[in-house]
Amino acid sequence: MPETEANIIDRPHLCLVPPRAERFDDMAKPKGIFMAEALKAGEGKQLSVRGLTHSYGGQNAISDISFEVEAGEIVALLGPSGCGKSTVLRAIAGLIQPRSGAVQLGGQNLANVSARSRGIGMVFQNYALFPHLTVAENIAYPLACQHMPRVERRERVEEMLSLVQLKSYGNRLPRELSGGQQQRVAVARAIAGRPSLLLLDEPFGALDRALRFDLQVELLHLQKTLGITTLIVTHDQEEAQSLAGRLVLMNKGNVEQIDTPMAVYDRPKTLFVNTFIGQANVLHGTVERLDAEATTVALPNGNTVVLPRRLNFTVGSKVTITFRPEDVRLSTNPSDFALPARLTVSVPLGPTLVHDLVLDDGTGLRASQVRGPYTFIPEPGAQLFAEIDTLRCHAFPSDPETSRE
Amino acid sequence: MKASGFPYVLPMLLLSVAFFATPLAVLVGFSFIGPDGPSLHNYARFLGDAFNYRVLINTAKLGMQTIASTTLLGIPIALLYWHSGKTARQVIIFLTLIPMLTSNVVRTFAWIVILGRQGPISETFVALGLAERPFTLMSTELGLVLAMCQIDLPLIILPLIAILSRTPVQFTEAAQVSGAGPWRILVTVLLPMMLPGLLAGWILVFASTSASFVTQAVIGGARNVYVPQLIYREVGTLFDWPMASAIAVVLLLSTGILLVAMTTISRHRRLVGHA
Repeated sequence: MPETEANIIDRPHLCLVPPRAERFDDMAKPKGIFMAEALKAGEGKQLSVRGLTHSYGGQNAISDISFEVEAGEIVALLGPSGCGKSTVLRAIAGLIQPRSGAVQLGGQNLANVSARSRGIGMVFQNYALFPHLTVAENIAYPLACQHMPRVERRERVEEMLSLVQLKSYGNRLPRELSGGQQQRVAVARAIAGRPSLLLLDEPFGALDRALRFDLQVELLHLQKTLGITTLIVTHDQEEAQSLAGRLVLMNKGNVEQIDTPMAVYDRPKTLFVNTFIGQANVLHGTVERLDAEATTVALPNGNTVVLPRRLNFTVGSKVTITFRPEDVRLSTNPSDFALPARLTVSVPLGPTLVHDLVLDDGTGLRASQVRGPYTFIPEPGAQLFAEIDTLRCHAFPSDPETSRE
Repeated sequence: MKASGFPYVLPMLLLSVAFFATPLAVLVGFSFIGPDGPSLHNYARFLGDAFNYRVLINTAKLGMQTIASTTLLGIPIALLYWHSGKTARQVIIFLTLIPMLTSNVVRTFAWIVILGRQGPISETFVALGLAERPFTLMSTELGLVLAMCQIDLPLIILPLIAILSRTPVQFTEAAQVSGAGPWRILVTVLLPMMLPGLLAGWILVFASTSASFVTQAVIGGARNVYVPQLIYREVGTLFDWPMASAIAVVLLLSTGILLVAMTTISRHRRLVGHA
């Protein structure tokens, strides 16, 4: 889809839509339903958010948020806390009335549909399980609201309990469950009414790390089984990457990039995305020379970095160059392109070795390498030379207000 | 071993024993003094009189009516507080506390003006054509319940506000997203959450109402007699202190029974977690 992507770079507010599903038609077909017949799942519907703008007295403002979630897809809204991602989620659920913009679910505009009639399932940050109701009663709550007959309701609750592997826990109260079990009950309650969209607000935030991964896998499996369109809000990039097929990166109330986890890591569109996802080394410099196939950037300490392509900058403009720690090679011998650096510390992190370095002008630099049995670990304070894989460098304008790469 | 906190409790304990437990023991002891030595004579005489029974039931009825009216008024005010911003919350708290900061006698006399024949209630009813001629609510049970309701409203609002301010809005939002309408949310989510606060408030309101001698005497008048007036009559007119003590113990016990009942309800497993 190179054309689509090019379009998005030119018009950042345009959403990334695979060419197949272009308009909001009623033809949105559920994808990825494997056991749909067996479970009679509520069909996932396509969600589309366009130009969503809101603010509460200046706080948590979001402006012109647009993205789509295909039927049956999982998308993560990812960003630092306070970037407005929860506001987007609440606007989709109908808990707040956005100042402007449209939310469409399966082609239907939700502007005049109240939160109770939207048919959306939601898992809240601290689960919001009703403390005075048992697990079974909590799961039955949306069913009671739909006036489902008692017998059918009991069957559905049983089905949900076995789906989240809490079969014998129906008569317990939420406070008698562990955090992970409470989270599963919250998921069961959210999907019990067969919603066409599932919203999750930091669903794993309150769980410890070891448990988190197990539950993520479980949720992923459940979502695939039910084929339910899912939007998950998180500030945890690992969580977003392991759950979602596509990420919507948000910062300060704006969408910065919409892409697959890999594309976001490999081809970040903005400096924020580059530094927020994974680790990035940042060097500031000035464009010194532009050749047909190369750009020379001068660093403040007199060194130069030559990028093997022509950048869209004029000579003399300030640029910020970024590269990943794994794109740095350290050697003990000087070379033409290597930057002299002094080692501060080397930390073994499982299979990798992470080196913290300081350039001679005081800029910090991080390099990582795969650690083998014979890997040489240099002493702290050693004078080394950092060779950067310039093919994989990104360059951004130093003034973030001007155009993108 | 953990250091015991006993030395720190000691001053409080001494004060309680000297100024609460001892007088209470004296009171209870007094109630057993009969004409010829210790006996249950006073209790038998009090409970043997049909008039006293009626007074006892009237007092409980007054307490229940006040509980009902403060609950009906207190819940909406507490919910209003819950949904308000910072400034509005402060205003609500301030308005709630004002009656508590006023002397009971002053409040009662203010109600004489309001409930009287030339008072705003009577005049409004006449002006609207709902009443043919001016009327007074003084010396009526309705007037007394109105006054008690205003006086005791903070006792129910404060525990409710305390509970609600610890209740995240997510609960009502979860109900909303599940498809519940406002009434269903009130009945299935908000009221159960508020129940521990209501139970605490009910005990306070009942204890306060059944013992508020001044308001009962002034607004209830001579026609509506409640237990505190009986005690006053024994002490001030008949000088029968053992009898007065016995009635006081009966009043104390009736509030005590309510307290035990409410505490038992609040220990229910569904209510423990969020109380």
